[in-house]
Amino acid sequence: MSNLISKYFPLFTDKEVPHTVQARPDTGLYSAKLGIWLFLASEVMLFGGLFSAYIFLRIGAEPGYWPSGLLNVPVGTMNTAILIISSVTVVFAWAALKMRQLGKYRLYMLITILCGAIFLTVKLSYEWPAKFNHFGVFIKKESASKYEAFLGNKHLEVTGQNPRWEITGHLLDAPKGSSYAHQAEHNAEHFAHETGRHDAVTPAEDDYVIQVDAVNANPSDKDNDRPHFWPRETSTTLAVINAKDVESASVFAPRHSTYFATYFLITGLHGLHVLGGILVFLYLWLPFPGGTGLYKTNPEHLANRVEIAGLFWHFVDLVWIFVFPIFYLL
Amino acid sequence: MSTIATADTGHHDATKEHGHGEHHHPELGFLQRWVFSTDHKVIGLQYAVTGLSFLFFGFLLMLVMRWQLASPGQPVPMVGAFLRSVFGQTVMTDAGALTAAGYNVFGAMHGTIMVFFGIVPVAVAGFGNFVVPLQIGAPDMAFPKLNMASFWCFFTSCVIMTGSFFVPGSAAKSGWTAYPPLAGIADLEGGNIWLNGQTIWLIAMVFNITGSLLGSINFITTIIQLRAPGLTWMRLPFFVWAQFVTAFLLVLAFPPLEAAGFMQLTDRVLGTSFFMPTGLMIGQSVAQTWSGGGSPILWQHLFWFLAHPEVYVLILPAIGIVSEVVANNTRKPLHGYKAMVYSVFVLGFLSFIVWAHHMYMTGMGAKVAAFFQVTTIMISVPSVILLTSLLMSLWGGSIRFNTPMLFATAFLPMFGLGGLTGIPLAFNAVDLFLHDTYYVIGHFHYVVAPGTIFGLFAGVYFWYPKVTGRKMSEFLGHVHFWGSLITINGIFFPMFLQGMAGVHRRWYDGGVTYEQLAGPVLHWNMVMTVSAGLLALFQLVFIWNFFTSWKLGQKVGRNPWDATTLDWDTPTPPPHGNFDKPLMVYRGPYEYSVPGHPTDFIPQTEKV
Repeated sequence: MSNLISKYFPLFTDKEVPHTVQARPDTGLYSAKLGIWLFLASEVMLFGGLFSAYIFLRIGAEPGYWPSGLLNVPVGTMNTAILIISSVTVVFAWAALKMRQLGKYRLYMLITILCGAIFLTVKLSYEWPAKFNHFGVFIKKESASKYEAFLGNKHLEVTGQNPRWEITGHLLDAPKGSSYAHQAEHNAEHFAHETGRHDAVTPAEDDYVIQVDAVNANPSDKDNDRPHFWPRETSTTLAVINAKDVESASVFAPRHSTYFATYFLITGLHGLHVLGGILVFLYLWLPFPGGTGLYKTNPEHLANRVEIAGLFWHFVDLVWIFVFPIFYLL
Repeated sequence: MSTIATADTGHHDATKEHGHGEHHHPELGFLQRWVFSTDHKVIGLQYAVTGLSFLFFGFLLMLVMRWQLASPGQPVPMVGAFLRSVFGQTVMTDAGALTAAGYNVFGAMHGTIMVFFGIVPVAVAGFGNFVVPLQIGAPDMAFPKLNMASFWCFFTSCVIMTGSFFVPGSAAKSGWTAYPPLAGIADLEGGNIWLNGQTIWLIAMVFNITGSLLGSINFITTIIQLRAPGLTWMRLPFFVWAQFVTAFLLVLAFPPLEAAGFMQLTDRVLGTSFFMPTGLMIGQSVAQTWSGGGSPILWQHLFWFLAHPEVYVLILPAIGIVSEVVANNTRKPLHGYKAMVYSVFVLGFLSFIVWAHHMYMTGMGAKVAAFFQVTTIMISVPSVILLTSLLMSLWGGSIRFNTPMLFATAFLPMFGLGGLTGIPLAFNAVDLFLHDTYYVIGHFHYVVAPGTIFGLFAGVYFWYPKVTGRKMSEFLGHVHFWGSLITINGIFFPMFLQGMAGVHRRWYDGGVTYEQLAGPVLHWNMVMTVSAGLLALFQLVFIWNFFTSWKLGQKVGRNPWDATTLDWDTPTPPPHGNFDKPLMVYRGPYEYSVPGHPTDFIPQTEKV
C-alpha cells in the first residue's frame, strides 16, 4: 500500500524533517504537538468570535426577542455526557498505545468513534429535524393585546419579566402561498389522527393556525415562567393568528431569529469539527500506513498522532461545554 | 578563518553544489518539482509569483479607476474595448468607460486583491517560506505537507476570487471591508444567492483565511522547533522575529474574520440576521427577507479585530526585510537589535487592542473612544523605536547603495510619512473630519505602497541571487527605483491635500459633482493619474529585469553580498534539504566590521 502511494505521489516520501517524532530537547515538544496547540489557539479565536457575536446580539436584543427554553435539555445533557465519555476513552486509547497494547487501543478508539457518531446522529437526525418542524410567530406589538390569551403579558408585567411576543407550536394551517403549506398539511393530518378533531384548518386564507406549546396555552401560569428540564407535550389548544398581525413567522431554522441563527451556526460548525475528529480517528484506527499500519514500524509516532488528535477532540468537547449552557440552559 | 569565508563566495562552489542538489532528487518530474512540491523554497516561489501577479493586477484595476477620476466618463484609452469584452456591461460601457457599478467593483477588488492576494502572499508566505527556514538553518518547514496544503488553499481562493469577475453582476462591489447591511443585500435582488460577487467573495475569503492560518501555524512551529544548534533566540536575524510576530497576528486575528465571514454568508444564503438590523429599509419598504435583530456594528468589530492586526501583518515583514538589507549594506550591526525585538512584540500585542479607531464614526461614545485613542497613540511608540533604530543604523556606516539598499533607504522616510500622517487620525475629534476622505487613503497607502511594497522590492533584489544564482541588473534596478520613487509620491502626496479639502474617498467622478467643495484641489486628479500611468511604465522595467536576469544576469556564488546570516551559508541555489554541511551557530546575526577581524563580516557559523 505505502509502496503504491509513494510510486504515484513521490512527495510523500520526502526527506525527514527533525522533531517529527522525537521531542526537541530545549522545548520538550515534538513539532506536531506545538502545531496542534497553535491550531487550537486559532480555534479558540474562531469560536471566540462566534461566542462574542452571541453575547453582542443577546445584549442588543429587544426585550422578548431572545427566546429561551426551546431546546431539548435532556437530549442535550445526554449528548454532553457522551462527548465527555469519548474524551476519557481517547485518553485510554493513547495510554494503551504508550503501553504498546494494540488490542486495548483498538477497543478504546472504537468506543471514542462510536460516541462521536452517536452525538452527531442525535444532533442531525433528532434535534435539528425536531426544530425544523417547530413553528414560531412573532406578533406585532400593536396587535399583541388581541393575543393576550397566548402571550400573557399582563402576568409578565406584574412579575417584572420581559414581555413575550412569540407564539410557538406546530403549524397546522398557513396563509395561502406560504412556503410552509406542505408542512402544515402534514401536521394537520397528524393532529386529526391524534385528537379526532378536524377544526384545525380554517377556510380563511390569511390565517396561521398553531397547535401551541404549553407555555402559550397557559401563559399566566407561574409554572411556565421558567424553562423546564423535561420538555412538555404540545397542548391541544389552537391559536388562530391573522397574517396582518404577524411581524415574522418561521420554523425554528436559522432565519427564525438571531438566537437560532447563532445556535445553528455554532452547533453546525461544532458538528463539522466532530465529523473531522471522527474521520481522523477512523484513519488512525484502520490499518492505513499512517494509521495502525504505523504500529509495527514506529509505535511512538502512532501514539503521537493519537495524542494530538486527542487534544483536538478535547477542544471540541470543551466547545460543547460552552455551547450547552448558553443555548440550552440560559 | 577569513579564507574559508571568502572561498565560499567563489563561482566554483556554486556549480559544484548545483550538481550536489540534483544528485539527491533525479527522479522528480516537472509537476512534482515545481507544482505539487513540498519544498519550502518552491512553495515560497509559488506564493511570491502568484502574489506579484496579483499585485500587478490590483494595480491595473486602480489605474482604470484613476483614469475615471481624472477624466470622468471618458472611455479608457487604448484598452477600453478590450476591458468591455473582458469585464462585461456591468463594469464597462459600450464606449469603453468605467460605469459607476464598475468603479465600485474595481475599488472593492483593488483593496481585497492588494491586501489578501498581493502583499500578504508575497511578504509573509513568499519571503517567509523561502527565507525563514534558510535563516534558521532548517532543512524545510516543520510540516512540509501542510505547507503545500496552505498554498493550494490560497490558490483555490485566488481562482474563486478571480472567477467572481465573470458571474452576473460582476465581482463584489461593497468595498474591501464588506460592510453590511450594504454587503448583506448586494446583488441579491432577483439574482442567484450563490452565484454573485459578494457571496463568492466570502467563499474565497474563507479559503484564503484557512490557507493563511495553516501557513502561520507552520511558521511559528518551524521557528521554535527547527533552529540550528547554537542559534539561540537573540541570535535570530530580525527578519525571523518579524515573521514570528506576524504569524502570531495571523493565527489569532484571522479566525474572528472567518467567523464573521460565515455569518455574512448565512445572512446572504440562509436568511439569518447576524448583521441585518430590525426594520431595515430597502428602497421604500421594510426588508422582509430577514428577521432582524442583528447588528451591522458587530461586523465592523469582527472585521477590524482582524484588519487592524492585518496592517501590521502587511508592514512587519517589510521592516524585517529592510533590517536585513540595511545591516548588510551599512556593514555594521543593527542599532538596538534587542530594543527592536522587544518593540516588535509590544507592537504585536498592542495591535490587538486598537481596532475600534477605525470605527469612531459609529457613535461609540467618548469613553470607549478615549480608550482606543490612548492605545492607538501607545502603538506609535514601538513603531518609532523600530524606525529610529533603522535610521540610527545608517549613522556612520559606509553605505553600499546597490538596488536593494536604495529601496530599503527609501522605505524609511516613506513609511515614516505614512506613520506620522496616521497620528492625527488616531484622535477622535480629528478623525470625524478626515474620516473616509483621501487623507486616509494617502495615509495608509504611504504605509503599504512606498512603504511595504518598496520593502518587498528591496527583498526581491536582495534574495534574487540566492533563488536563481544570478543578480538582477543594477542599471535597470536604478531606473526602476528612481522612476517608482518619484511617481509614487506624485500619486499619494496630493491625496493629503485633497483629503484635507474634504474630498471623499468613494466619489466616482473625482469630485466634479461637488465642485464647490473640491474645486481648488480637482487639478491634482490629473497629476495623480499621470503619475500612476508613469509608475506602471517603470514597473515594466522591473518585470523585464526580473525575467531576463533569470538567464542573463551576472552569475554569483554562495554569498554575493558578503552577508553573515545562514541563508547565505548555503549553496546557490539551495538544494532540497538546503544545507551541505552540519551547522553550528557561534554568534549573532549582524557581526559586520568587527575591529581586528580581517574581513568586514563574520558569518554566524564561523568560530573565531
